[in-house]
Amino acid sequence: MTPTPRRNHRAVRTAGAGAAALLALSACSSSGSHSSSTKPDSSASGRLSGTVTVFAAASLQESFTALGKQFEKAHPGTMVTFSFGGSDSLAASITGGAPADVFASASPKTMKIVTDAGDASGTPVTFARNQLEIATLPGNPHRVGSLKDLTDKDLKVVLCAQEVPCGAAAQKALAASKLKLTPVSYEQDVKAALTKVELKEADAAVVYKTDVHAAGDKVEGVEFPESADAVNEYPITLLKGTQNTETAKAFIALVRSAEGQTVLTGAGFLKP
Amino acid sequence: MSPTDKAAAASETLRGGPRRRRVRAPGGGRGVPLPLLVPALIGVAFLTVPLVALLVRAPWRGMPEQLTGAAVWQALQLSLVCATAATAVSLVIGVPLAWLLARVEFPGRGLVRALVTLPLVLPPVVGGVALLMALGRNGVVGKWLDAWFGITLPFTTAGVVVAEAFVAMPFLVISVEGTLRAADPRYEEAATTLGASRFTAFRRVTLPLIAPGVAAGAVLAWARALGEFGATITFAGNFPGRTQTMPLAVYLALQSDPEAAIALSLVLLAVSVAVLAGLRDRWMAAG
Repeated sequence: MTPTPRRNHRAVRTAGAGAAALLALSACSSSGSHSSSTKPDSSASGRLSGTVTVFAAASLQESFTALGKQFEKAHPGTMVTFSFGGSDSLAASITGGAPADVFASASPKTMKIVTDAGDASGTPVTFARNQLEIATLPGNPHRVGSLKDLTDKDLKVVLCAQEVPCGAAAQKALAASKLKLTPVSYEQDVKAALTKVELKEADAAVVYKTDVHAAGDKVEGVEFPESADAVNEYPITLLKGTQNTETAKAFIALVRSAEGQTVLTGAGFLKP
Repeated sequence: MSPTDKAAAASETLRGGPRRRRVRAPGGGRGVPLPLLVPALIGVAFLTVPLVALLVRAPWRGMPEQLTGAAVWQALQLSLVCATAATAVSLVIGVPLAWLLARVEFPGRGLVRALVTLPLVLPPVVGGVALLMALGRNGVVGKWLDAWFGITLPFTTAGVVVAEAFVAMPFLVISVEGTLRAADPRYEEAATTLGASRFTAFRRVTLPLIAPGVAAGAVLAWARALGEFGATITFAGNFPGRTQTMPLAVYLALQSDPEAAIALSLVLLAVSVAVLAGLRDRWMAAG
């Protein structure tokens, strides 16, 4: 293909879009590192300040956002920034050197990736547990009442991929009840699975109780006894790379406090 | 340049005639100027170092085991089939669309062009959500597809093709439209003066004339479709053998087994390099 002047013009435009994307990317990363480096030492004054960057599992989004606001209110001058995502990809970015102060994961297995890499400071503690629940369309039109009902061939069911904690837990529950379930899709994280039901593309999904809770009346939750075989523990830890130890510790303390537990149980979590 | 010269130059360009005219600075200064050379070299490094790093860190020892799994070939096969189908869809719809944009004046043409090239800048995940809103089981159009024909696209291989075509077609449209605009319309006009219908003129005169541009656009679209991730996983989901293409397999492998992800990436890389190099020799003579 020979570049004619007009084509060149297009190429320039496309390149411009690419450059803009790069800029946006670099803006993201710089704000990330910014947060953990430009703050005064807080321990000396006894007052907490600065920014804490918390990497947390996607299922913690609602409760941690609320806790972050509480924390900022209780300690003026502090700021809590979150990065929510699949625990595995968060763990991968932490071991890859992403600037974070606290890591709250949805499974001990993903936490282990971080502790094995020597990126955790101290021993992770469990601060909450989460149980699976079936999310169905509002009003449960297919009358799903048990895990077994999901094996119906006419039902479009989505599961989390086995690589992420909610998928591993679902497989555990299915294995414990000796059920074989072929979903239409293995979604990349729990929120993606839930979204498919919210958009009515799938009839049901196996997600966490907390996700059903957070979705409000867009989905209907169905509890199933087998979920007791696959309760997920949520560990939290301070990270080695933190430059704001005191404030980060204070945030972890809030999560574990009675106040924090009220927010978490309010969102559908079980006590540790 | 007289109009005749211009036409000759245009056709010459399209036939792949002389294209490199070396510009020489008058008197000395033959070397490449530093302000151009340094950024250019940085550019080369920026684009190639990550790929080299992938090769350096690749788990060569474990590679045979990583790649003998049936899942890998299943994902690769699905990727190739879907990318090719998406390119075919893009050609059938995209070439006429490009012709319309380049050759027919109608009110709002600029707006239409902007709209159809929007997927270029739209984050693919947003594209996937938009597709769900339009073609999902409960979507604006998809509702009727389901009710009248019993067709639901999400979670199917056809859904993957739709998602890939949505993201890849603008590349083809832009490429073909550019070529059409550079091609002299008077060849078509001459054909119609001689009694050919406008469609015959397009088929017998325009299409052969712009074939290199169409080929280049198709290759671009194919490459984009092969690497497509966001729209695919959002619209079509992820199920091995049905909707799990290579990029999805790579992403999920990355969650648990980075070495497997690197191995898969290398396969995808090797296949695309091989195909693109093959096509380049045949279709796009090196510039």
